[in-house]
Amino acid sequence: MSPVLAGALQMLALVAALALAHRPLGDHMARVYSSTRHLRIEKWIYRAIGADPATEMRWPAYLRGVLAFSAVGVLFLYLLQRLQGSLPGSLGFASIDPDQAFNTAASFVANTNWQSYYGEQAMGHVVQTGGLAVQNFVSAAVGMAVAVALVRGFARSRTGELGNFWSDLVRGTVRVLLPISVVGALVLVATGVIQNFSGIHEVGQFGGGTQQWNGGAVASQEAVKVLGTNGGGYFNANSAHPFENPDGLSNLFEVFLILLIPSAMTRTFGRMVGSLKQGYAILATMATIWLGFTALMMWTEFSHHGPAFDLAGGATEGKETRFGIAGSSIFAVATTLTSTGAVNSFHSSYTGLGGGITLLGMQLGEIAPGGVGSGLYGMLIMAVVAVFLAGLMVGRTPEYLGKKIGTREIKLAACYILITPALVLGFTAAAMALPTPGDSMTNTGAHGFSEILYAYTSGANNNGSAFAGLNADTQWFNTTLGIVMLLGRFLPMVFVLALAGSLARQSPVPATAGTLGTQKPLFSGLLLATVMIVTGLTYFPALALGPLAEGLAS
Amino acid sequence: MNTSAGTTARLLGAGLRALLVLTALCGVLYPLAVTGVAQAVLPGKANGSEVTVDGEVVGSRLIGQRYDLPAKEGQETPEPDLTRFQPRPSNGLGTNSVNTRYALILSGATNRAGDDEELIRRVTDAKAAVVADNSVPGHPVDPADVPPDAVTSSGSGLDPDISPAYAALQVRRVAERNGLPVQEVAELVRDHTEGRILGFVGEPRVNVLALNTALRELVEEDAAP
Repeated sequence: MSPVLAGALQMLALVAALALAHRPLGDHMARVYSSTRHLRIEKWIYRAIGADPATEMRWPAYLRGVLAFSAVGVLFLYLLQRLQGSLPGSLGFASIDPDQAFNTAASFVANTNWQSYYGEQAMGHVVQTGGLAVQNFVSAAVGMAVAVALVRGFARSRTGELGNFWSDLVRGTVRVLLPISVVGALVLVATGVIQNFSGIHEVGQFGGGTQQWNGGAVASQEAVKVLGTNGGGYFNANSAHPFENPDGLSNLFEVFLILLIPSAMTRTFGRMVGSLKQGYAILATMATIWLGFTALMMWTEFSHHGPAFDLAGGATEGKETRFGIAGSSIFAVATTLTSTGAVNSFHSSYTGLGGGITLLGMQLGEIAPGGVGSGLYGMLIMAVVAVFLAGLMVGRTPEYLGKKIGTREIKLAACYILITPALVLGFTAAAMALPTPGDSMTNTGAHGFSEILYAYTSGANNNGSAFAGLNADTQWFNTTLGIVMLLGRFLPMVFVLALAGSLARQSPVPATAGTLGTQKPLFSGLLLATVMIVTGLTYFPALALGPLAEGLAS
Repeated sequence: MNTSAGTTARLLGAGLRALLVLTALCGVLYPLAVTGVAQAVLPGKANGSEVTVDGEVVGSRLIGQRYDLPAKEGQETPEPDLTRFQPRPSNGLGTNSVNTRYALILSGATNRAGDDEELIRRVTDAKAAVVADNSVPGHPVDPADVPPDAVTSSGSGLDPDISPAYAALQVRRVAERNGLPVQEVAELVRDHTEGRILGFVGEPRVNVLALNTALRELVEEDAAP
């Protein structure tokens, strides 16, 4: 069987598995976020928090919950790293420096998981398992909560109430993320991912002597790393490390977990707004982008343009034998079209155009299918913009799901789509203009520029993958990227929740003959075009200087 | 003003309590439960898939090793032990720079781009070395036959596998250096070639540690009277 055919069959298997899970998981999540019943363990948690889960919140209150919980998360994770040297169960590892500790805390709370440290030599068991892995759960649950709040904004009328943040946070963690993670972690152990609490220990080698290994609760962290579209690896090599991703099967399973919740949430959306077709229309746009990007990636990686790859006879630099070109390409696209950022192969050593595809995937706003929660709300914002554009064409007030998209709504949506490019391009320009940040580049020329563009793209979009030739453990990058990740995560949430509040206050507009059919394939196409033109074009000049220049030269 | 400061403090307090409870659940109970089940049901895999030969641990099935001669004095990089099958290059590997009382291996890639001078040089050198090392009298290696994985570093630097093509390329050299019939070594490679899982998942590969372990047994059998 040719590697290309094997890759196509792996995509087919992925599509089948995601399709099978779509209905039960999407419906389950709709029930989770709509139910009025509480599990016993949830009641205990609410009592500990001191929150009444039945209290409805308007958008400012909901937002305050999000921000307070996240602020505490950043502080807690920062202190945990700063105190690591004195904490037991840390393998005797030293405390993390302030700038790196800030960067890492911001990174994990913002669901980015950018890593300027080497996991295996810097972070002990307590920080990895009790700090970083916890944010893998809760930062994902926060994303889902905000998405659900926006969906409620569409579904509810004349209220302004968006649900209870604490209840959404706890339910997302307890009823969605935890159960799937338990099963996922055990499946990963069965493929060979390690799960122990060994200290640093010596292991014999074939030719005599020993090598030192770092044990750890890797499978439990790996499962939620991909499920919650987090992406922070236990080891530096992330999902390329054989202890995180031992074979082709674990690889496909990890890609499945990355895409699972974001794709199923479109059904949750459809269920909650009372029309499954609306969810399918969104899903169709996501799937088109995902399949198109994967096909392009396979094409460019299999045809391996670039002097070093031509010489080697294939673009295998930075890719593992067990995954091959196809398994690496599938992973790279899934991880950059979601907010995951885990890597099973190193994007910096992809072909020029392949690197460009990973960059563009993030720059589209990670909406195909996107991060858990953030993918859905990102795509719904684009849907609002698409409806607005359609309204302009025919000269009538646009409406989406029975809600008028008026001045206030479109202003909020516009702010949402402007924040990320402003952060990415502004900071990239600053880093290029200042004398020292450029010293961090490994590669020169167009690729060196791409390293920095990639870093800020990845940070602002909360992805976390890297053109890792960039030495990002400097004061400049730790600090600016930390700020970019926090702003790139929480500013958009402000606009999403404000929009949700504004939608929930409205009275529904009855559908007429002139209403745009947002459940139809035509709308999926319009949405696709809007995504490509509105966000894609913003970055075109920057892409032309980096990956396009590199890709077209070879 | 006082009330708003009080509200903020109450809110942060609630956030802290929520974080602590969820830490207990997701950061303590969950990993302990998974570890318990994993250690009870699949201890071998949960502890790193170690491979034991005659009671001695020789490494992990999953972690690639170097098969080099002991470094001579003044030598920066040791020479490959050509009696053994050689793994992929691992130019991205590092040694630990913090907590330096340990000698940990740092997984990683070179992150070099396809048009990078350094990568072009490394691939050129590696290709020349593979051709020189594997050409045996009467059977020169054609540079076009060198598979890409033989001259490029993996993502982790710990790739335990090589492609069946690279294993096949090394058969004549390994046979000659160990005084074994080519046929026997070729058979060894065939026996240790793993196909795609279920016929389409992943790529065909040869685990270098397993192959070299079997090779050593074969050499020892051969040497025994």
